[in-house]
Amino acid sequence: MSSIMKHHLFWPLCVLAALLLFNLCYSPDFFSITVHDGHLYGSLIDILNFGAPLILVAIGMTLVVATKGIDLSVGSIVAISGAIACLSISRAADQNSLGLILTSVLLAAGLSLMLGAWNGLLVSGAGIQPIIATLILMVAGRGIAQLITGGQIITVTSTKYAFIGSGSLAALPFSIFVVALVLVIALLLTRRTALGLFIESVGCNPAASRMSGIRAHLVILSVYVFCGLCAGIAGLLLSSNVSSADGNNAGLWYELDAILAVVIGGTSLNGGRFYLTGTVIGALIIQTLTTTIYMIGVPPEITLVVKACVVLAVCLIQSDTFRAAVAARWKSRHYPAEKEMSRHAS
Amino acid sequence: MPLNRKYIPIVVTILLFIVMFTAGSFRYTGFFSLQVLMNLLVDNAFLLITAVGMSFVILSGGIDLSVGSVIALSTMVSASLVQQQGWPPAVVIPIVLLMGAVFGTAMGAIIHYFSIQPFIVTLAGMFLARGLCYVISIDTITIDNTFYTAMAQTRIPLPGGSFLSISAVIAILVVAAAIFTAHYTRFGRNVYALGGSEQSALLMGLPVARTKVLVYTLSGLCSALAGVVFTFYMLSGYGLHAVGFELDTIAAVVIGGTLLTGGVGYVLGTFFGVLIQGVIQTIISFEGTLSSWWTKIVIGLLLFIFILLQRVLSSRRLTLKE
Repeated sequence: MSSIMKHHLFWPLCVLAALLLFNLCYSPDFFSITVHDGHLYGSLIDILNFGAPLILVAIGMTLVVATKGIDLSVGSIVAISGAIACLSISRAADQNSLGLILTSVLLAAGLSLMLGAWNGLLVSGAGIQPIIATLILMVAGRGIAQLITGGQIITVTSTKYAFIGSGSLAALPFSIFVVALVLVIALLLTRRTALGLFIESVGCNPAASRMSGIRAHLVILSVYVFCGLCAGIAGLLLSSNVSSADGNNAGLWYELDAILAVVIGGTSLNGGRFYLTGTVIGALIIQTLTTTIYMIGVPPEITLVVKACVVLAVCLIQSDTFRAAVAARWKSRHYPAEKEMSRHAS
Repeated sequence: MPLNRKYIPIVVTILLFIVMFTAGSFRYTGFFSLQVLMNLLVDNAFLLITAVGMSFVILSGGIDLSVGSVIALSTMVSASLVQQQGWPPAVVIPIVLLMGAVFGTAMGAIIHYFSIQPFIVTLAGMFLARGLCYVISIDTITIDNTFYTAMAQTRIPLPGGSFLSISAVIAILVVAAAIFTAHYTRFGRNVYALGGSEQSALLMGLPVARTKVLVYTLSGLCSALAGVVFTFYMLSGYGLHAVGFELDTIAAVVIGGTLLTGGVGYVLGTFFGVLIQGVIQTIISFEGTLSSWWTKIVIGLLLFIFILLQRVLSSRRLTLKE
């Protein structure tokens, strides 16, 4: 039992289960899934579909956090990627040509790769603190996204492009497959190759890793590139879901939600250890929380208050000092000598 | 006499401001006037006040992401108490300031006593304050209280036919008080020491806990004051006021030459950092054809240049030490 409790997924799963249980009691049709025109409909499917962009961004963010970094610019990259894809589609005469959609998607992905590389170069090449280095793109990026869209909301009428975000494959939303693909690739790369170990090692101590033969700079660079790409794909999902690009509001607060998902998933912001599945569950918790709050009929704005409490609670649980303080209250008896011994023993 | 290396960033900032203002004066007619200069203060009073609080936080080696939300919450609480409850402004304003200070103290205490990263704690604070705004109301509350409108419209005449607003005067007083606090008081020196190295500050016997919590209290207080000034400016309370403001503030502090790792920088630099952002906006409004998003791109570029500059300077200093 205690070994189950110690598993890193135990607490996130408990929270998710509690949320789902609450929904089950509150509205019985939460779990009902109906088939309509060969597509599945239901709250659970909605959570997966609307949560897909967040999960993608959070996967990229997990690897960045694992190297003791942070990427604040993901929200801006989401906006830029959606903007550039919609711009290139809206300029064309035939918006439904497959070649055009592919070019636009590749263009957006390529651009987000470059933006990620820019972040990575600032962090690994110039040696700037991650939070500051990515702040530059966070501020300027939204300006760039607005520049691309001309400050307007670009609307596209391409059914093929809309398929990426709102189409369905085998009765499930297509976006789920995109997320699954990225997750599987990330899992295979980090858990079946030595890459994950390199990332964790760099997160613990970049200097020591370099001395033991790991190209720390390259690892950091590639992690930011991957994060940028994930944000770019998330931008495509978001903009194609609504068939429009909004440089102002697309991906607003995504960096915060993504960091929150990573932290809830058990990855410490101090770097050196990461849990991709934990992050996915963290993102699902956030999305379920949002959906739940909508469903209960509480004004959606109060989500923020709930989120704030969740962030604080999660961080307090992660803090050693806090756990020690609580544990001290639980223990009724104190044996100073015993305490002293255990201190020396450890 | 060669310039002391530690003054280079602030000198660059001031020069940059002068160059931008001169360039604007040559390019646009009507740009070179005392009023345009004063308007930089009038329109950016709240940014200035917030940035002063943020300077202390960043000097101490932390960061405060909650400032924008605290401003919004202050406008919301002021508006709701004055307009909906009919409380007198003389009671409301102290309450708002106290609220900001307590909010900051709470965050500072959590940061210090549970050793959680400031980034995450103030992020939670940001969510919380923004959410509390909506708990009060999701709509704009317009203020038509006579005191607030008087504060908004009073013009303090200056020689040369220009004028300042009361908010701008408050901002200047705050900057003056902050410069005094940072460089001539024990608290100021503790902040610098804390930012330089928390370990050393602790070993030296400086009151690390008190300083750290006080820094966030100060930032909360400044944000609340900025919120009050913002209410004078907008004459309304709204939960979406000052969204993304924390970034403008951090950008102002960085452009002002303060090192984000803490310990190095000047409040005066922050003052000019705010003015530079103001000049960019003024130039864009004079240009007319440039759109507002250029502000963000130019600020991003400036951020990049200054961070790189600081990086080069600090690495040189390190090599000198070796």
